Amino acid sequence: MAIVNNLVLARFLGLCPFFGVSKKIANAISMSIAVTFVMLLASVSTTVIFNYLLVPFGVEFMQIVLYILVIASLVQIVELTIRRTNVMLYNSLGIFLPLITTNCAILGIALINSQELFTVLESSVSALGAGAGFGLVLLIMSGIREKLDYADTPKSMKGLPIAFLTGALLALAFLGFAGMV
Amino acid sequence: MEDKTKGCSSCGNCPPETKTGGVFWKEFTKGIVISNPIFILALGLCPALAVTGTLNNALGMGGGVLFVLLGANIVISMLRNAIPSLVRIPIFIVVIATFVTILGLLFEAYIPPLHESLGIYLPLIVVNCIILGRAEVFASRNKTSISVADALGIGVGFTIAIIIISLFREILGTGALSIFRFQIFSIPVLSDFPVGFFVSPPGAFLVIGVLLALFRVIGVMDSE
Repeated sequence: MAIVNNLVLARFLGLCPFFGVSKKIANAISMSIAVTFVMLLASVSTTVIFNYLLVPFGVEFMQIVLYILVIASLVQIVELTIRRTNVMLYNSLGIFLPLITTNCAILGIALINSQELFTVLESSVSALGAGAGFGLVLLIMSGIREKLDYADTPKSMKGLPIAFLTGALLALAFLGFAGMV
Repeated sequence: MEDKTKGCSSCGNCPPETKTGGVFWKEFTKGIVISNPIFILALGLCPALAVTGTLNNALGMGGGVLFVLLGANIVISMLRNAIPSLVRIPIFIVVIATFVTILGLLFEAYIPPLHESLGIYLPLIVVNCIILGRAEVFASRNKTSISVADALGIGVGFTIAIIIISLFREILGTGALSIFRFQIFSIPVLSDFPVGFFVSPPGAFLVIGVLLALFRVIGVMDSE
């Protein structure tokens, strides 16, 4: 999951932080830790809701509304907890937490988990793998972009376009892993 | 580029003008050219990359986003005085999620093949930043009639953008173009030896990157 079906490069989930936060390595690390943590919590709780609440009552169509509410409230709880317990951690992760609510990677993993009918354990493993893959790609990308700042790119290519081309090359590299499992 | 989006065209802070007809048209065209969600604002990129492998998927996604955007903008602009500002984001999300659920059930009932091929990207319209962005920036501050124009403009702009991307990817990637099982044309040599790269994920990144750069060169989008 982390490498073969990479979240960002093969499934196109979580592109906004991929391009938005990948300018500095330090930010990229904080962001991927925050995403992985919330992803794990969200996967476990949405799987519990899906398996023990939605399926027995036959109301699977409610999953979108319920999942997004669960994720939004989880993010709020995590933010409050971190602010109360660890101010230093809050200062480094804080600004990334609100962004996570609208990160499609979290909802995407939750939806994939219930599509595949994963158990709680399976979905937490898949969340960890996906988070690791997200972190790996974000780290590589931010490393490249830090160097890229000093490169002499054509004016029309500066910023987002060159980031997309970098993404294309990265995706091409990761395509080599396809079919290995 | 960031400065451009803060310009008067999209802030929504200005008081609405009195002539509704002119305003309606202005808001409509604004979304297509000046603040095109994908090429200028660079919002909603996930679906732009994920479902642009074929023209069919792009049309389905464009229609879906247009529907949800329109519904959410109408409801939120009607309720804008009743929503307490402290809890507005959760309320917006619930309204959007409701429309996405309706859309998902409609697609499943009437066009199952499209529902199948869009897969998880259909429910993911919920977290498409374009829709929440328009609710927050525009619909919560403007009258319903203008919000409708805004939704139509942004929705059509989004659809046009992903159609352009999907045209490149489908024609180069398969050598032919088809819409709902009817083949429109096929290029003789290219269809025998298609460049499969363009249908694969890296091709999506490449096409969007080149198109973004191209739009800047042409001057539709003057850089920075």
